[in-house]
Amino acid sequence: MFDHVDAVNLARAQFAFTVSFHFIFPAFSIGLASYLAVLEALWLSTGKHRFLDIYRFWLKIFAIAFAMGVVSGIVMSYQFGTNWAVFSDKTGPVIGPLMAYEVLTAFFLEAGFLGVMLFGMKKVGKRLHFAATCAVAVGTFISAFWILSANSWMQTPAGYAINAQGQFVMAGSWLKVIFNPSFPYRLVHTVIAAYLTTSLVVGATGAWHLLKNPADRNARTIFSMAMWMAALVAPVQIAAGDAQGLNTLEHQPAKVLAMEGDYDASPNGAPLILFGLPSNGEGRVRYKVEVPHAGSLILKHDPNAPLPGLKDYPRDQWAPVAIVFWSFRIMVGLGLAIFGLGLWSLVARARGKLYDWRWLHRAALVMGPAGFVAVIAGWVTTESGRQPWTVYGLLRTQESISPLAAPAVASSLLAFVCVYFAVFGFGTWYILKLIAKGVEVGESELDDAPIRTAGITPAGQQP
Amino acid sequence: MSVDIDLATIWAFIIAFAVFAYVVLDGFDLGIGILFSSFAVGEERDQAMNAIAPVWDGNETWLVLGGGGLMAAFPLAFAIVMPALYPPIIAMLLGLVFRGVAFEFRWRDPRHRGFWDFGFTAGSMVAALAQGITLGALLQGIKVVGRGYGGGWLDWLTPFSLLTGASVVAAYALLGSCWLIAKTEGQGRRRAYRLARRLGVVTIAAIVAVSAATPFLTHDYYTRWLTMPGILLTAPVPLLVGVLSLWFWRALDREEEYRPFLLVIALFALCFVGLGISMYPFIVPNQVTIWAAAAPASAQRFMLVGTGIMIPIILAYSGWSYWVFRGKAGATGYH
Repeated sequence: MFDHVDAVNLARAQFAFTVSFHFIFPAFSIGLASYLAVLEALWLSTGKHRFLDIYRFWLKIFAIAFAMGVVSGIVMSYQFGTNWAVFSDKTGPVIGPLMAYEVLTAFFLEAGFLGVMLFGMKKVGKRLHFAATCAVAVGTFISAFWILSANSWMQTPAGYAINAQGQFVMAGSWLKVIFNPSFPYRLVHTVIAAYLTTSLVVGATGAWHLLKNPADRNARTIFSMAMWMAALVAPVQIAAGDAQGLNTLEHQPAKVLAMEGDYDASPNGAPLILFGLPSNGEGRVRYKVEVPHAGSLILKHDPNAPLPGLKDYPRDQWAPVAIVFWSFRIMVGLGLAIFGLGLWSLVARARGKLYDWRWLHRAALVMGPAGFVAVIAGWVTTESGRQPWTVYGLLRTQESISPLAAPAVASSLLAFVCVYFAVFGFGTWYILKLIAKGVEVGESELDDAPIRTAGITPAGQQP
Repeated sequence: MSVDIDLATIWAFIIAFAVFAYVVLDGFDLGIGILFSSFAVGEERDQAMNAIAPVWDGNETWLVLGGGGLMAAFPLAFAIVMPALYPPIIAMLLGLVFRGVAFEFRWRDPRHRGFWDFGFTAGSMVAALAQGITLGALLQGIKVVGRGYGGGWLDWLTPFSLLTGASVVAAYALLGSCWLIAKTEGQGRRRAYRLARRLGVVTIAAIVAVSAATPFLTHDYYTRWLTMPGILLTAPVPLLVGVLSLWFWRALDREEEYRPFLLVIALFALCFVGLGISMYPFIVPNQVTIWAAAAPASAQRFMLVGTGIMIPIILAYSGWSYWVFRGKAGATGYH
């Protein structure tokens, strides 16, 4: 029996590890694909070669990030079966079709046009190439649509019945399954997060090169575009996050209470705990710093509205509060910092100093990885907050596991950790090297790489 | 709950189609990966890489459709087979990680190119071997208890599964060499012809060995293949394999460009038909039929709509992408 519990925790660790690593790449490539489409559109409409240079610069980075996203994504689709077989058996009839639609409408689209996007400019011409870039960008969005629908269904299941074999089956309409109560909020919040993550990486790249050479025109273009994105979208993201919080309170109140650290009920309005050390054992937050009534103000938009506490729920239905409490604060803190960066850039822009304020550039540089951290922290919050369930309120994580021996899961976990750190470590390093090099005038095409590196004269057209 | 019988059969064919598409499409690029280390550093390797770089990602997507489709259409089978084949599946996934990133990484880091080239070969080899082992382990049978896998985590490891593993490595390498025949010129092409000859012998020997061993795995296979009246239906399969092998040889002798590749695909298709004869209507041999494993009709019908619309579209634009990159890959790549 102890063996079994061990296998559960190892499988959870493995899923958390592989999905966190995986999500870094789509969080970047969703935004980057759209950015590339915008750059190519600008090039086609203005005819300025600068935009093509910037496009080709980011395309090389996109190729690396996308490859890492693909290979780490295949792992995810099979991990449902290898580690979570009971979950697959029970939920396959409901969320399986959503993932199948993701493959059919998104993965093939991205993969089918990626080759043309990377290597096909001279073969298909500008217009078709632009169409391929757009197809890849749209594909990344469609992919987010389906996988978030499946994930949201696990959080807020709807439109289902349970059959004689204990499987969840669709009841009523697939629209109810797909557009389950939390899905629209999660989709908006996640896609905006991906755009912000990309804009911060792009902004940091621009800032790095502006710090080295304030007259660098390409760096100026990159930095300005990224700061527009951050300034305009960060406030939208805060509103989207607030809406998702209210939605979570409605459908998964215990999760919100864990995020807030509210162990005890607050009949006269809950405080907002800024910091503290939550302890499930003691059922309280130690050393807490709180603002009275602010919790209710945020969650209910009314300072005196009563809120329940975790103690109103059975002890065996509490999420790991310490993790959720802190990951939530990291996400929100970084979100506010991104908002601040956006505001700062607006002030600088209004005064005509966008390319001159070095402290702004330094801040943008430091904030480069902030999007990734915020996105992972957000996912940790929502997924850990769903515990102890895989399907909220219906199927426990402990009951979702494959019949596996702990040594099998432990060795595969170890293998994933070693391979991911090595392979994706190299990949990240290659991306950083490209970023450090910066946009070159007359940036080479990605498909020139084989020629250059092979030391063969570029022969031009193929027969 | 009623399971629509026709629907389950339709889905069995759709999954089979996805798996076959995967085996053929990723088969040739995994095959090139397996052979990669034997190519000369420089032009020959670059040429081989160029022959697959624009299409490998699309090829691999069929694997996701096979796995995802299995989970959606036959969740019980997915839930039994994946834990039973835990180590080979994980090994396959890790192998695919190495070879997938090598496409980009080798160009980005000349100092470590040797390492990524090695990763490309090793990853392709491991993935192919694991897929072959998976096939063998499925064929030899999986222990089922209740609605789950009931065996140990090394049950898959038998001489038979190792034989099928090695067979798939050889078969993919053969397909890869035939793709190179069609896509390359000069030195690389001459080498591809030589490789195709040797690998042709190995692959056909492997087909014979696996076919000879299969009927003796369980009584059911024996009855299907080697007793009347089943033998009337099954006898043409090995006969056709023989005919295709001879044809393949003639095509190599005449140094034809595309025919060897197409004939190997036909050979794969025959093996696939043989597999179908052995398994149908079971999805886990002797344990779970496609009807027992089928998701409810609501799920299968919902996906059938999307599949019916999307697969032709996917085939169209994937075909277009192949068309764009048609012709010889050449030493200088796609320019």
